[in-house]
Amino acid sequence: MNNIAGKLSVGLLIIIVLVALSYWTVTMFSRADVNAEGKWAGVDETVIEKYAAAAGREPLEPLINTDQGDLLLFVFALSGAAGGFVAGYCWRMLIHEKKRIIGPSS
Amino acid sequence: MQLNRYRWVTKCLPVAAISALFIFLFLPAPAYAMHIAEGILPFYPAAAWYALSAVFVGIGIYMIKRKTKENRAVMPLLGITGAAVFLISCLPIPVPIAGTCSHPCGTPMAAILVGPFISTVLAALALLIQALFLAHGGFTTWGANIFSMGVMGSFVGFGSFVLFRRLHAPIFIAAFAAGLFGDWATYVTTAFELASGLGTDGSLWTMFATILIAFAPTQIPLGILEGLFTGGVVSLIYQQRPELLDFRLATAGIVKKMVKGGNA
Repeated sequence: MNNIAGKLSVGLLIIIVLVALSYWTVTMFSRADVNAEGKWAGVDETVIEKYAAAAGREPLEPLINTDQGDLLLFVFALSGAAGGFVAGYCWRMLIHEKKRIIGPSS
Repeated sequence: MQLNRYRWVTKCLPVAAISALFIFLFLPAPAYAMHIAEGILPFYPAAAWYALSAVFVGIGIYMIKRKTKENRAVMPLLGITGAAVFLISCLPIPVPIAGTCSHPCGTPMAAILVGPFISTVLAALALLIQALFLAHGGFTTWGANIFSMGVMGSFVGFGSFVLFRRLHAPIFIAAFAAGLFGDWATYVTTAFELASGLGTDGSLWTMFATILIAFAPTQIPLGILEGLFTGGVVSLIYQQRPELLDFRLATAGIVKKMVKGGNA
């Protein structure tokens, strides 16, 4: 019974993914304007801001505007490095320092 | 003691260096993402999303306090999950053929690891930093972004994981379903937030369907990618430290304790 439920759930998931991919393929062929928005533009521009502009809502300037020259690249790199360090440090603590057990036994 | 400290640094540095290198390699340009930008939503809808998100964030903060008070060793798990949500949710991924970029959410994975309420708090923090320093999202739309990525991504992802595990699906499949449905739920919610907030002359549901269809070319493959990523990470953690994914601890056990008035 358990195996049947497990297999059914996997089958259902595969069907959902296949249906979604089929829909995606159809959407891609029927929407020629997707690429016209600019190569590799974000969906914030191609979808959110596009529909907001159509409704008369333009995005405001950010409170701290780091989108100036290479400043945003610097901030992204810095925050990425900091986040990467924290992730690596905590991963090591969790996976390799066996003494610091988290779980129901502790 | 001193020797141990140096040994710790020696072991820790390669991991940190590889992580940092990975980030530098994969973030070579400003992110193009999907958070609703500053000022897009009018005041009342924005305030409503703030109020709704505040409930989930409040419960999440309470749960973090209780958990860390009980066991300080939970901190690294919160640290790695928070850092992962921050990085994943500002990582622009180009989608071939569609020619556009978007990002995964990371909250379905976080919800499996730390629970959906705490995952919402971590998403709120990540979104705050992104709005402050990365021109990504905004303060006026913070509540709406928390609700779509934090609340819906976490709860739908966690719910899918619970459902598939109850159906005895393998851990990878359950986590894949969590990533897939959590990601799609985020974009469905974003589409609803926009449709309800922008208030055009047409019907709400027509606008909602239009925005949803516009998201589809980018988000369908990205949801599958998030599913694969979530499945991979959760499977890896399950192999390395299965006690971190003790399902009873994350769901039934905690719920029963809360009902009885015990610690969450």
